[in-house]
Amino acid sequence: MTVREAVPVEAGAAAGSATAAAGTTPGTPPGKTGRPTGRATGGPRRRPFNRASRWEVALLVGPALLVFLAFVMFPVVIAAYYGFFSWQGYGTPTDVVGLRNYLTILQDPTFQQALAHNGTILVLSLVFQGPAAIGLALLLNRKLRGQSLIRVLIFVPYVISEVVVGTGWSLILQTNGAFNGLLENLGLGAVAEDWLSNPDIAIWTLMVIITWKYIGFAVILFLAGLQGIPEELSEAASIDGASFWQIQRNITLPLLGPTLRIWAFLSIIGSLQLFDLVYIIWGQYVSSTAGTSTMATYMVANGRNAGNYGYGNAVAVVLFVISLIIALVYQRFILRRDTQGALTDKGNTE
Amino acid sequence: MSAMSTISGMAPVTAPRSSTRLRPGTPIAYAVAVVVIILMLAPVVFIIIGGFRTNSELSVDPAGLPAVWNISNYVDVLTGGVFWGEVLNSVIVALATTLGVVVLGLMASYVLARYSFRGRGVLYALFAAGLMFPMTVAITPLYIVVKNLGLMNSLGGVILPQIAFALPTTIIILVPFLRAIPDEIQEAAFIDGCSRLGFFWRMVVPLATPGVITTGILAFIASWNSYLLPLFILNKPAIFTLPLGVQAFSSQYSVDTAKVLAFTALSMIPALLFFAFFERRIVGGLSGAVKG
Repeated sequence: MTVREAVPVEAGAAAGSATAAAGTTPGTPPGKTGRPTGRATGGPRRRPFNRASRWEVALLVGPALLVFLAFVMFPVVIAAYYGFFSWQGYGTPTDVVGLRNYLTILQDPTFQQALAHNGTILVLSLVFQGPAAIGLALLLNRKLRGQSLIRVLIFVPYVISEVVVGTGWSLILQTNGAFNGLLENLGLGAVAEDWLSNPDIAIWTLMVIITWKYIGFAVILFLAGLQGIPEELSEAASIDGASFWQIQRNITLPLLGPTLRIWAFLSIIGSLQLFDLVYIIWGQYVSSTAGTSTMATYMVANGRNAGNYGYGNAVAVVLFVISLIIALVYQRFILRRDTQGALTDKGNTE
Repeated sequence: MSAMSTISGMAPVTAPRSSTRLRPGTPIAYAVAVVVIILMLAPVVFIIIGGFRTNSELSVDPAGLPAVWNISNYVDVLTGGVFWGEVLNSVIVALATTLGVVVLGLMASYVLARYSFRGRGVLYALFAAGLMFPMTVAITPLYIVVKNLGLMNSLGGVILPQIAFALPTTIIILVPFLRAIPDEIQEAAFIDGCSRLGFFWRMVVPLATPGVITTGILAFIASWNSYLLPLFILNKPAIFTLPLGVQAFSSQYSVDTAKVLAFTALSMIPALLFFAFFERRIVGGLSGAVKG
């Protein structure tokens, strides 16, 4: 799951442009005529073999398409179908319950709590990681001795699997674990807490772990974005007498906008789908009493682990619809700015 | 760490060397970097060092250093057989996933990037839409599909879905990459009598290598760390991958904390080595993707 999140960087960006491209391409079908004029979006393509052989297309795309449809699209579709059944996972589902699964989910206080936790995690992720990662990226975006080493080390937690992270942190944070031991050694024994099981604290503990695990990714992204900003701009501004902070605020941050918005998008989706860390640290039952359950842990606990596959599918559909709505709203109102010349309309606003 | 702080003292000397960036407070930058790195590495170091301690040490002073560095925990894990079996399973799954993603993704990307045919936009949009379906959402029905195919408790049941879910990102990285291959090269190849498929094998595959490596690494690490899918598909300990193994081990030996730490430490080494080895590619790939 880790790197699936890593990749959508470009994915998120490209998905936006992809839909845009997909929207325009069929409008001017390059099709069989293959006249070079139709290719406004794809750049000049005046090459001699525009006319595709269907056989080659089928041969090359076929395998990928087959695997993709069978294991991505088909499951999503049948999830919607099975969601209408009460079904234990054996044989053909026959017990149609209509929308009852969905009603149960939405009325279940446990689910509502999980949804609220997802919301909290979503907001806190943005609030914690965003500013911290921007600050770190600004700080590291200069010639430093050992810069590449610093980058690698910051990125380390991101590469380690969620299972290792979860196992390690739960051993560190348990009541008689290393963190409380460290506090004790420092003479701060009074601060020691049940970091994982105290419901007032657990979600903050989770946020610390999430921040620790994923901030390196944000920093790397922002550093990459910063390196795309021409140095001449800040040089010119500093010659004109702008201070370091003025340059950061008025030049760097606005130009970093597109990167920031893509990162926020990935962070939001990741927060809504959060599963591994919570499931490993808190297990399937404790997470709800500790106040860290998420929609995904609810789905696994009440679907697969309870043997209620119909219900689990319905939860998956709810989770997907919520993610989709948020993603679409975000794309419509926030990412949209990036598709229409982020540079031009931002000078006034920021 | 002390080395780092002495470097910070020298920083002003080196600063004007090549960069004209006027940034104040370089010592602060070093100080913050050092603090952040300590925070990032402390838990990892704790896990590794904890593996060298004994349980009684861990319960008396959980945050201390080992009195005697004893390697028996590590030796136990390494000679136990369980660990290596799980490493083997993880390696098989990760390699097969990577190979599948790269081969299928490259073929599809080539068509999507360089052929023009009716429905190309739709096809691309279909793959791109796959990004909207993270495995978390599809896991319950996916489990049912895998079960109906008779792939439960087999590594294939993990590999195929992983390939499928890695395809959208791979295609989205590779399509612009392949599109950037200059038309002139293709024209020249065509004039020289190369067929389109020949062009694919002789020109596209070699030219796409950097992009392929990036996507391959991402797929490999994702597969290596994957937890949710194996959790659903693999129920027999003999076929566990490493993440499942770590979890099973930590619940089986929940009283033997030191051994769990040793097992956990060993299981993260391959990913760390892999990352250290390909770090430039990974970070560079992410950077390039953002800029592009």
